[in-house]
Formats: sequence, structure tokens, C-alpha cells
Amino acid sequence: MSEPQLRVVLAKLGFDGHDRGIKIVARILRDAGMEVIYLGLRQSYLNVVNAVEQEDADAVGLSMHNASHMTLAPKMVEALAAAGLDVPVIVGGIVPDEDVTELLEKGVAVVLGPGASAEQVAISVRDAVAAKA
Amino acid sequence: MSLHGKNQRGQNLRELSAEAIFSLALDGELRALGRLITFIERDSDEAEVISELAHARAGNAHVIGITGAPGSGKSTLTGQLVALLNQKHPRAAVLAVDPSSPLTGGAILGDRVRMEDVASPETFIRSMATRGHQGGLALAVPGVVRVLDAMGYNPIIIETVGVGQVEVDIAGTADTTVVVATPGMGDAVQANKAGLLELADLFVVNKADRPGANDVRRDLDHMLDLSHTTGQDQRTGMRPEIVMTAALTGQGAADMWAAIERHRDAITANGQIDERRASRDLEEVRNRVMAVIERRVDDLLSEHGTTGALKAVRDREMAPSVAAREITNTRFG
Repeated sequence: MSEPQLRVVLAKLGFDGHDRGIKIVARILRDAGMEVIYLGLRQSYLNVVNAVEQEDADAVGLSMHNASHMTLAPKMVEALAAAGLDVPVIVGGIVPDEDVTELLEKGVAVVLGPGASAEQVAISVRDAVAAKA
Repeated sequence: MSLHGKNQRGQNLRELSAEAIFSLALDGELRALGRLITFIERDSDEAEVISELAHARAGNAHVIGITGAPGSGKSTLTGQLVALLNQKHPRAAVLAVDPSSPLTGGAILGDRVRMEDVASPETFIRSMATRGHQGGLALAVPGVVRVLDAMGYNPIIIETVGVGQVEVDIAGTADTTVVVATPGMGDAVQANKAGLLELADLFVVNKADRPGANDVRRDLDHMLDLSHTTGQDQRTGMRPEIVMTAALTGQGAADMWAAIERHRDAITANGQIDERRASRDLEEVRNRVMAVIERRVDDLLSEHGTTGALKAVRDREMAPSVAAREITNTRFG
């Protein structure tokens, strides 16, 4: 059998309407052979937890463009852990350099900035999933 | 939730047997159910054990297939249905099937987002990609439905795009098959061409707030008027109802559910539901047998390589049909 298909939940949490990036990422991951469960805008932690459970997802991708990342991303990591879900959280979007280390310390697997290539995005997801296995 | 479940909550599912994951799922742990479905979907080693456990408990759910052209509003309608079911049937399940890219094998599964906010928290939604592999979907979907049924989900709604024989078949083997039509998708001739219509137990004309909706209804009605001349209505002995909906506003959703219930009650009363389920099981066994045979045929042909009959075909000394007969006669004759 070929390599199991990766399933990734993509979401934007809370009030953040900038969804051009997440749509491009969805396409990038699809073209890298992954199954993207696209939740899109205005999602809650609970929606994401539900989706990861029911869809048996391998990773969560959060797109963040409204400077809420320091609050919402670590809370998403906690919510997943509290539900017994050991899946990596990958943050993409506008995150200042000085925030990255703290996000990683708080359990975010990878932070991808606007300069990330399609290849980097796909590889980061695969590596983050592999690191959990 | 039982103590057993609590103790294992948070435990890595990879360390548990398929049986243990099954009982966790029975205890209501959703990530365990999510994992069971993955096993079935991948047809991995655990799938058979899971299917055995599930089959013994299944057979209670009303299975509803919803199909129609892309963009006809299947997901939104399904969302409206589960929203409506919140009170009476809070434990509904939705299996939303979407196509995989034939080039990369990847897929964007975007149906969940149309349902989650309106569904009751107990609704289980699973997105499934067609995953290209031949006949794989036809094998996986009944398996997944069986697991959801065993867990007590009822009704179970399977939503597939009405293109491709497999997708159509899957929706067509439900207890109640709903075909969604919309205005602006071509005339009655197109509808007859699609091959979807013969399957329908119920027609929904969605986007009924748009111009042309009544024309679609009329075309469908005319087509159904002819069904007795083609013998199509003998399959069920029932004339499919036509319901008008506007999924975005929720208009008609209650009518749609009422028509689905009427159909369910009718086939329950006349015993057809049991026949449908029996033929569904038979079809599944048949698909499994076919999958094994197909693999053997592939092996056989690659064994033959370019010698003998296959070479003769290539050199134009033998017609393909003759070669096929020769090969089958020597092997199975």
C-alpha cells in the first residue's frame, strides 16, 4: 500500500476575515496530495477539535492575520491536548519574528511566514506530522 | 461514559487494538470513531475485525443518499436537514463524499463548513475523498455507514456528487435516494441523459427562488408521467415526490424531511426496505469478490506479458475478443 494520505484541517479562528492566504494553502496542500478539510472563516476551538476528532485529521493549520496569534494559537494547542488529540498545530500568516520562539515554546509545531514557498508549506506539514508519529 | 473509556482517554490510539478502539467509540469517544473510519477507508488490516463488530450491531439506521450536480446545493440542503433534525434526531451522521484530484490524489473537502454551525453537537460529520482507486469508494462507503449505524447514528446521510457511476451508485443504494435538481442546468432532455433520475425516490428542486424552478418541476413531472410506459416505476411501485426548496433560506427543508419520512414509512410498510438492505449487502459482497478477481486478472495478464495470445493481438494476428476467450478458457474454462 502506498503512503497513507495525510488529512489536514485548515481554519481561521475568531474574527479574522483575511481568507485569501488560507485558500491558497488549501490548494497547495491538495496539490501536494493531501486531503484538506477546509473549515475557513470564523471558527471556534470547539469546531476545530470536533473536526480533528471526527475527521481523524493528522494536523491542524491555522491561518492568522489579525495579531491574535499569541492568544489563539496556544489556546488551540491546549484545546487539542485537552481532548486527547496529539496532532501538530501549524501557524501560517503574519507573525512578527519576535513572537515565533514563544509560539514554538507553547507547543506550536511550525510558524510559516508570507515568504514560505509552496514546497516549504507542504514539507513543513509532512515533517510536523512525522515528528508526532 | 464508562470508566473503561475514561481510563483510556488521552491514550494514544496507536497503542490500542481495533477491538479496544471500537469499545472506546461505543463509549462515545469521537476520536476513536474517527480512527475506526480511517481504518475502513484505508481497508487496512483492522478493517475486517471492525466490520464484524459493526455488522452485528448495525441495521437500525435509515440511510439517505443525496446526490446531484456540483453546486446544486447538496451540502447546504444537508445542513438544513440536520439543523431540522436537531430536536427529533440529534444523533444524525453525515458522510460527505467529494472527489480527489486524479493528478495528485489530494482533495479539498469543504462540505463540513456548511453543516457544522447548524448541526446539533451530537451530529457526526465525516468528509471523504474518492481517492481514485478503482472501486475503492464503493467498498469503503458501506463499511463506514455500517460503523456509524453500529454506533447508533440515525439517520445517516450520504452526500455524493451525481457524476461518475460509482458516486451515483453509492447514493442510489440508500434506503431513500434524493436527487437534487436546480434551474438553469439544461432542459428535460439533459435530465434524462444524466441517468440519475431512475434512481430517485424523491426529487428536490433546489434554488426554487430562482427563475425557471417551476419549469424544472414541470419537466420532472412530465418525465415521471412516462415512467409507467418504460416500466421504471415498477422498481418501487411508487411515484417519487417533487419538493421545492431554497436551501440558503431554509425554505422547503421541512417539506423535504417530511417527504423523506413518508418514503421511509412506505418502504418500511411494504417490506421494500428489507429488500433494499439485502441487495445492498449482496452488492457489497459482490464488489469485494470482484475486487479480488480483478486483482487476479491483472496478475494473470501481466504474467502473460507480451507472449502468446497478447503478442498475437499486438501483431494483429488475433482479435482481442479471441485472445480473451483463449486466456479465460485455459485458466477458468
